Amino acid sequence: MSRAVVGFLQVVVLVAGAPILAGLVRKVRARLEGRAGPPIAQPWRDLRKLLGKERIVPEHTSWVFAVAPLVVMCSVGLVAAIVPFASTRTPFGSAGDLFAVVYLLLLGTVFLALGGLDPGTAFGGMGASREMTLAALAEPTVLLAVFALSVPAGSSNLSAIVAATLAHPARVATLQSVLALAAFAVVTLAECGRLPVDNPSTHLELTMIHEAMVLEYAGPDLALVELASAMRLAVFAGLLANLFFPWGIATTTSPLEVVLGMAALAGKVACLGVALAVFEVFVAKLRLFRVPELLAASFVLAFLAVTASFFLT
Amino acid sequence: MTETAYAQLLDLGAGLVLVCAFVVVWRRGLVAIVRALAVQGFALAAVAVVLGVHQHALEPVVVAALVVAVKGVAVPRVLLRVVRSGGEARESDPLINIPTSLVGAAVLTLVAYATTRGVVAVSPSPATRAIPIGLAVVLIGFFVLASRRKAITQVVGFLLIDNGIALVAFLATAGLPLVVELGAALDLLLAVLVLQVLAARMRTKFGGLDLDQLQELRD
Repeated sequence: MSRAVVGFLQVVVLVAGAPILAGLVRKVRARLEGRAGPPIAQPWRDLRKLLGKERIVPEHTSWVFAVAPLVVMCSVGLVAAIVPFASTRTPFGSAGDLFAVVYLLLLGTVFLALGGLDPGTAFGGMGASREMTLAALAEPTVLLAVFALSVPAGSSNLSAIVAATLAHPARVATLQSVLALAAFAVVTLAECGRLPVDNPSTHLELTMIHEAMVLEYAGPDLALVELASAMRLAVFAGLLANLFFPWGIATTTSPLEVVLGMAALAGKVACLGVALAVFEVFVAKLRLFRVPELLAASFVLAFLAVTASFFLT
Repeated sequence: MTETAYAQLLDLGAGLVLVCAFVVVWRRGLVAIVRALAVQGFALAAVAVVLGVHQHALEPVVVAALVVAVKGVAVPRVLLRVVRSGGEARESDPLINIPTSLVGAAVLTLVAYATTRGVVAVSPSPATRAIPIGLAVVLIGFFVLASRRKAITQVVGFLLIDNGIALVAFLATAGLPLVVELGAALDLLLAVLVLQVLAARMRTKFGGLDLDQLQELRD
């Protein structure tokens, strides 16, 4: 198998699996709360329903509104192709760089915020402003947390970092990787709009962030936005799993190893999804003005991780 | 215990001490702050145990037991009693807001790392390389002491300084004599007990533990 095929497979698996992950989180959460909950495949059924609907665009919106879901979807899809999920042999080789990945994800966030602003509604603007405030605080933390791992690996290429951790398994338990893991976990919650930063199941206008931004989207556009946000969660969970616990990932492009790598990734991401659901049962949403304190704490953790990797080893 | 495992465990223990100091800066609830201090006591003891096991010595382990008894259990218990005996259990209005405090503490950590490079270079070993963390905890302790209003958080700042000094002492020397440790621990316990009496007096006089009300002298 060539590298391009591996990348293509990763995208296919992520597109197919991301809604299942969202369904799994919902299901586990419902069970823990004593409800039956919707079936795990429910997000896929919702997407199919939305895709079958007529496309409705609000009056007086520009091309930005129409293009935003596509940009969001494409950016997260591209990230899914270049990040080492199933194999460390990713397409575009050295382009699978930490900075490229972070800014591709940020590109999606920015376009979604623009799409929220474009119709000129109050809720869209409010959601967009909140989303950008959080993104400005969360983005540097992602960079720093992964940077702490890239110092011992000697490269900012994600595949090289994963390969280095595979070669030196003891590095998983060093101070810097534990701190970076904690920071990355907090920032994943913020970037994917989970509790305690944003409540993904709320439709209460005053508290929502992500939902407020996408309020004007309907039909196939909404399906794209929903699929992209499910994929975003899957991408962050996959990054968390493979950067900090890389076992099972293929180091070649032989079909058997790649399939095993996929299975290992699916298992790890499912575990993370269950952990997320359990966590969400026990926490309440933070007040919006307290969120910067949480993100500042995770930024400091990432900063400590970087300083530890420079000074302690 | 292999050399790398020893170095990693030492780093993790010392790192936990530092993270607890950051939790003290980060949280507002006094109960959470005191709990972080208790965890820091346990982390300090863990560092002593790791050192003891590595040196095949018994004394650091005995010191660790002492540290757990005083800094992990006794002092936090006294502080929790002060917190729960009434008044507002939150550091509601620190002089410097929380995100700025966190950044300030991060800068202090960097200062500690940068200034102790020379000290570490004198004899590089896994233990001496963790000394900057001790200094960072001392500096953060001073910072908490200077930027918080409540009597409890000020005492916690003082205890952070003490924990930082203890960490440096563990890492820099092969271990202080047991008598010195015993004396320091008893001193600490006494200071906290005195604080408990003082806090009770403050509460009956002023109805709270806010130190800003103690600025004027009256007869």
